[in-house]
Amino acid sequence: MSAQPNAGNVVRDFPTAGKISALAFVQAVHLMKMERPAEARALPKAATGIQGLDEITGGGLPKGRPTLVCGGAGCGKTLFAAEFLIRGATEFNEPGALISFEETGEELAQNVRSLGFDLDALVEQKKLALDYVRVEPQEIEEVGEYDLEGLFVRLALAIDSVGAKRVVLDTIESLFGGFTNQALLRSELRRLFRFLKDRGVTAVITGERGDGSLTRQGLEEYVSDCVILLDHRVTDQTSTRRLRIVKYRGSTHGTNEYPFLIDEKGISVLPVTGLSLDHAVSNERVSSGVPRLDAMLGGKGYYRGSSVLVSGTAGTGKTSLAAHFAHETAKNGERVLYLAFEESPKQLMRNMRTIGVDLEPSVKKGLIKLDASRPTLYGLEMHLVRIHKMVSEFKPAAVIVDPISNFVTSGTEHETQSMLLRLVDFLKAQQVTAFFTNLTSGGAAWEKTDVGISSLIDTWMLLRDIESGGERNRGLYVLKSRGMKHSNQIREFIITPEGIQLEDVYVGPEGVLTGSMRAAQEAREVAAEQARREEAARRQRDLERKRATLEAQMAALRAEAKAAEEEAKVIAEQDKEREATIEVYRAAAAKRRGADKEKGTRSK
Amino acid sequence: MSATREADTSKWNLRLYTAGQSPKSLAALANLKRVCDEHLAGRYSIEVVDLLKNPRLAKDDQIVAIPTLVRKLPEPLRRIVGDLSDTERTLVGLQLKARK
Repeated sequence: MSAQPNAGNVVRDFPTAGKISALAFVQAVHLMKMERPAEARALPKAATGIQGLDEITGGGLPKGRPTLVCGGAGCGKTLFAAEFLIRGATEFNEPGALISFEETGEELAQNVRSLGFDLDALVEQKKLALDYVRVEPQEIEEVGEYDLEGLFVRLALAIDSVGAKRVVLDTIESLFGGFTNQALLRSELRRLFRFLKDRGVTAVITGERGDGSLTRQGLEEYVSDCVILLDHRVTDQTSTRRLRIVKYRGSTHGTNEYPFLIDEKGISVLPVTGLSLDHAVSNERVSSGVPRLDAMLGGKGYYRGSSVLVSGTAGTGKTSLAAHFAHETAKNGERVLYLAFEESPKQLMRNMRTIGVDLEPSVKKGLIKLDASRPTLYGLEMHLVRIHKMVSEFKPAAVIVDPISNFVTSGTEHETQSMLLRLVDFLKAQQVTAFFTNLTSGGAAWEKTDVGISSLIDTWMLLRDIESGGERNRGLYVLKSRGMKHSNQIREFIITPEGIQLEDVYVGPEGVLTGSMRAAQEAREVAAEQARREEAARRQRDLERKRATLEAQMAALRAEAKAAEEEAKVIAEQDKEREATIEVYRAAAAKRRGADKEKGTRSK
Repeated sequence: MSATREADTSKWNLRLYTAGQSPKSLAALANLKRVCDEHLAGRYSIEVVDLLKNPRLAKDDQIVAIPTLVRKLPEPLRRIVGDLSDTERTLVGLQLKARK
């Protein structure tokens, strides 16, 4: 009683295989733009409520038509179908009917309860009808002609009992295990699809993947209006779930493989491409948490919504810088998502506390969310989906990924690059400041990032070791910073118990000096300066003394001059007196002589 | 041909599920009556259930194919789907005859 295709069933290729390859990229790029105007004319769609799926299908599954969801065992078909139905009933007010061929109502209720859906309550509220169709081949003897009218009756009953707008058949090909008349089953299956269309219900039919065809019977994909292929692939021991829309009649759709995630909140699909470079930009600046670094970056820090990369070799302080930024952002009352891929939250908090950055209060307040996981825990796509989800839920102002270089361990360089590209684009579109650290392996060029994303980065800082005088010191410089005037100087990067400090390095005739060499050089300079000052003071004193001597000499001369002057005055005085005395005597003599002439005319 | 295993005195309780008066359903009922009269004369009862009138029973009794014949008694429960046009296989299905 196997479900093997019967002899007449030629293995066919996928229905739309030929169209996919060449147009895929163009379609994906134009998808976002095309779907909006087309929506008015295009066929009506029933939103699934599954995160991301409505985006890539341009609104959901074809309304009133059957959709096939196929894939191998354990790829999430039943869950997909159940979520479609439950979200329809709870979010879009469309009651649903679930015809299960594999699990009883009780089992189903249990399975979806882990996703937070209460099936029993929905049944109670008449929003959901469940019917478990059991087909036991051992119990059934086939004698003569029959049809599957019983199934139709039950389907109609389920639909009518709740007025269902959505129907799920999971997994219809179980019928092929129960009955042997394959030709009849195939024709009944066609009739079933017709029936669903006539009832105008949006149906999801799940199917097991067959060899070389999408389903074992190779039939459902032709009669369905939309085919969604789910896949669960393991590469290098890491699994990634992927979803692809194989066909969608009458609608454009994303044709890529989209990674998806099943977690406690159901399925989330991540659109891989279709992100154009037209995100809004902000002129607002956010502090790096290190005042002197802000000063280096045009005095204000990073741009909000920009991407920041810190790269450096091991132990250069990348994480410390990241922690400062997280701390500062939380201090301003904004949320930070810190994705640690090397340290556990507790270890990170302890280590950062030793350099004066206590993240714990912010973590407790819910401002910092520390999420630590090993990169190898998931595939790259899975990481991206998770980050996507966390950002959408937590709505942080900044996301820190520490470090991105570790992603290479779970993918090739090319894959990592494309994943990070999408991450950067996504965060930019959300106006979230992205802060990445990157470990540069020894020997590689400093400007090289292992994952080659430097061109995506707006602000890139380099931390490097400067080795001299038997010491290893850290230097920081800003390699590039788009859209701001930034310092071109190397700063010495010192990690102190009070946090990161940036110091000027010594640049002089001795070269660039850091650490104790810088300190020694500074001490030498201070001594030299001291000596210079003393010399100057001495010369000053000498001159002063000389001036004083001259001054004294000048005073002596001046006194001498004064004495001479007085002497001259006395002599002149005496001369005058003498003259007068002589005149008196002469006049008396003349009188005596009886002279008649005036004095002065005497000689004539 | 080996002998039947059922005790000859046991009471047979059969139920035939149909959906309206379809040719297959009518044929099944006629074929069933013929077989029963031949092998179970006087100790059988046939109940015909029209699922179009009682759709709930399709769910309760796990009916998928139409017509379906269910042997409720004697135990164990047996199901035969089809119009019972092959008498030989009908007898095997009802365990009135051992499988060849």
